[in-house]
Amino acid sequence: MDFLRFLFGRRQASASIAKERLQLVLAHERAGRDAPDFLPALQRDLLAVIGKYVEIREDLVRVTIGRQNGASVLEINVEFDGSAKPIERPQRRAVPRPKPATRRPQADANSA
Amino acid sequence: MAHVIVVTSGKGGVGKTTTSAAVAAGLAMKGKKTVVIDFDVGLRNLDLVMGCERRVVFDFINVINGDANLNQALIRDKRLDQLYVFPTSQTRDKDALKRNGVEKVLDELKQSFDYIVCDSPAGIEHGALTALYFADSAIVVTNPEVSSVRDSDRIIGILAAKSRRAERGEAPVNVHLLLTRYSAERVAKGEMLTVEDVQEILSIPLLGIIPESESVLRASNTGTPVIFDDQSPAGRAYSDAVARFLGETREMRFVKPERRSLFRTLFGRA
Repeated sequence: MDFLRFLFGRRQASASIAKERLQLVLAHERAGRDAPDFLPALQRDLLAVIGKYVEIREDLVRVTIGRQNGASVLEINVEFDGSAKPIERPQRRAVPRPKPATRRPQADANSA
Repeated sequence: MAHVIVVTSGKGGVGKTTTSAAVAAGLAMKGKKTVVIDFDVGLRNLDLVMGCERRVVFDFINVINGDANLNQALIRDKRLDQLYVFPTSQTRDKDALKRNGVEKVLDELKQSFDYIVCDSPAGIEHGALTALYFADSAIVVTNPEVSSVRDSDRIIGILAAKSRRAERGEAPVNVHLLLTRYSAERVAKGEMLTVEDVQEILSIPLLGIIPESESVLRASNTGTPVIFDDQSPAGRAYSDAVARFLGETREMRFVKPERRSLFRTLFGRA
């Protein structure tokens, strides 16, 4: 009887396993497929900008375009691993801010 | 204005040609003047399924290249006045289907037909992309099986991005799901994805469910589109699907396991 139940149970499961696996793989594939061409370049640029302030690994920046309630949503997901440290770079800015008086490179580095 | 329907799937062997033949015949039965075109260059098979393989003289590529005109190439079905078959070529040159050549032929067909059914080859190469490019509607043929569902999802994405309607920013191709080789018995046992599962995953409207049926092989054996077999579940399911395509409301059949009487089990036809 146990043997029969084992077989029966297994059968019951296979269609739902198929569904789960499909949902997972398709969610991943759809995200990659529908992406506009500029996404990889945007991701690279974001990485460069964020990389000026904190140490960041490439695989922790994810840029996706999805749809929510009929509107396109650009989602930028930046994860810091526990060790993300501010980068000390005093002369970081090429373009001065409109109010030069408030610019304090030291403070910027600390708040990043 | 004629309506172009592509029958597509991504995956091979799921029933595209069977469906193209059945849907085209079904539309003709409903009084619509219909032509069914084989886009599978090099692997001509629609002619066999339609039962006109011995009447092929000129083909799609001949017409595209101007070696023959449409009237010479179109084969009128012997069973239905309103039905024509347009066979493909057996050339190995896969790129023989030039997009502007196809467009010219389709435009000419549109002058005299109500429906143009394009039987797509499997895959997502040139032939499949050409078959779906000009479509107004698509019938995505899917088996309740992981690889078929995944490939259908891919094709649905391509229809939304690479069809002429998408490129021109027109109303999107009207995409329908046709679930074929469905076994209500196996679904009931939890061995097969349910129609709801597949619909939920692909999220396109359901045109019909074609049950796994011995009559499909019998039909291709004899070169008779299965829709002519009005005794068979598959034939009746295709009739329902065509009726729905034309806007009629038909209840979904063959979703639940059929109770077979002893008599039918012993003597009945599938």
